[in-house]
Amino acid sequence: MTDGAIEVRDVYYRAGNRDILSAISLSVGRGEIVSLMGRSGSGKTTMLKCLAGLLRPTAGSIRIHGEDIVPMTESQLNRVRLRIGFVFQYAALFDSMTVFDNVAFGLVQHRRATARELQTIVRERLAAVHLDGVEAMYPAELSGGMQKRVGLARALATDPEVLLYDEPTSGLDPVTGRAIDDLIVETRDRFGVTSVVVSHDVPTVLRISDRIAMIEEGSLIAVDTPARIRASDHPAVREFVHSAEDAVTLAQG
Amino acid sequence: MNEAGTATRSDTRPGMLAQGMIFVGDSWGIALQGIACALRGRISAKDTVRQMAAIGVDSLPIIIATSVSTGAVLAYYMTGVLLQLGAGSFTGGTIALTFLLELGPVLAAVMVAARSGAAIAAEIGTMVVTEQVDALRSMAVSPVAYLVAPRLVACVAMMPLCGLVSNAAGIGGAIVMASAHGLPVATFLESMQMMASEQDLLKGLIKTVWFGLTIAAVACRQGMRTERGAAGVGRATTSSVVLCVVLIFISDFFLAQMLMGASVAQP
Repeated sequence: MTDGAIEVRDVYYRAGNRDILSAISLSVGRGEIVSLMGRSGSGKTTMLKCLAGLLRPTAGSIRIHGEDIVPMTESQLNRVRLRIGFVFQYAALFDSMTVFDNVAFGLVQHRRATARELQTIVRERLAAVHLDGVEAMYPAELSGGMQKRVGLARALATDPEVLLYDEPTSGLDPVTGRAIDDLIVETRDRFGVTSVVVSHDVPTVLRISDRIAMIEEGSLIAVDTPARIRASDHPAVREFVHSAEDAVTLAQG
Repeated sequence: MNEAGTATRSDTRPGMLAQGMIFVGDSWGIALQGIACALRGRISAKDTVRQMAAIGVDSLPIIIATSVSTGAVLAYYMTGVLLQLGAGSFTGGTIALTFLLELGPVLAAVMVAARSGAAIAAEIGTMVVTEQVDALRSMAVSPVAYLVAPRLVACVAMMPLCGLVSNAAGIGGAIVMASAHGLPVATFLESMQMMASEQDLLKGLIKTVWFGLTIAAVACRQGMRTERGAAGVGRATTSSVVLCVVLIFISDFFLAQMLMGASVAQP
């Protein structure tokens, strides 16, 4: 995991008069799962969108497999985006298309696949996220958890080397959230993808991550393994992790 | 990076003039990018045909309804007055010229702006606020090529047909009303042939091409710049219709000057 798939150096993002991200530097190894953890509004999703080239940082560099994407034009970025899959917080499925068309979308746009090949790949990807028999359904007919799985299947369809997850378990019940956690790890193990997960869900982050990066008001305040983050002396990290654990303890009586 | 993509938030709101300039620049930028995509062949023929049906063919019933009634009302007022003045034989030509040069193209454009322009802004706006446009970009698909170009081409291609149908429906409605008021159909048609020409029809159709471009560019721009959820989609849809209608009338004034100027300049 020493080979850097993603190298972020001194990234700043400014919107209006406000610094959303300040001097973020982070390295993610190939096949590693790194979670960006922090409070709502701390800049996690902005960072993730910068990694996908959906937002351009005000300053700094972001290297994806050695290529700095910050100065790239939209068409150059598109070449890099073909190697990245993005799983959106609310799935962002195309609501006028069936599940099949959603999962096949990237393949239809970028590869000359036959109808039979499309069928095979879509079925395989839906099976990989434990979904079956939903190809003809529309996103509105699916539950939140199923929509997130279809979003993951869509991201996986073009065989990305990097997967970016935006709040994959938010809004889901604990059982479904746990199933999505398992899916993230399973996807990494099966497809060997590098994963960056944005979440404020502490149990999820502690369970699935190889390393955790804690963001507080746009700045990175800690990057470490889950065990060390849990034992961290940093006041903000302690407060965030332990308030979540206190909630669980309280619920257990 | 924002190839007509998501708008970035800003705490400082520009003034009215700056907003106007941003709007014009944005709309032209989107239109030119859409045209470039179409010229480079980066456009789905299937989507374009689907949009042509939605924007053009599906708009025809309301265009026919409004044009027939407008033509009939125009004939109702004009036939009486012109017959009283002993100039009944001018009725057909006057109404035909009014429709070919002005009412046909403008009525068709206003109907398409209200129906299809609103639909374009709402659809794209909803895709923006639900991150579907970001999803397109994350999958290396240009929102301009995928969403704007087919709508732009469809709007520009179908507006002349809409204008043509509006002309026919309006003049048809006028013929029926004029004959109900005692003006023979043959007199109406004879007057039309005498006063209106193919050139007048052509001038009106040239206007419809510009109106089509305006509707598509403004509706796509308003959709692409949608912010802040469902209320934002509502604002984008309303502003799209208002801006399209206002721009249709303003540009109609200048187009009329240009086109009539061109015919006056002819020897």
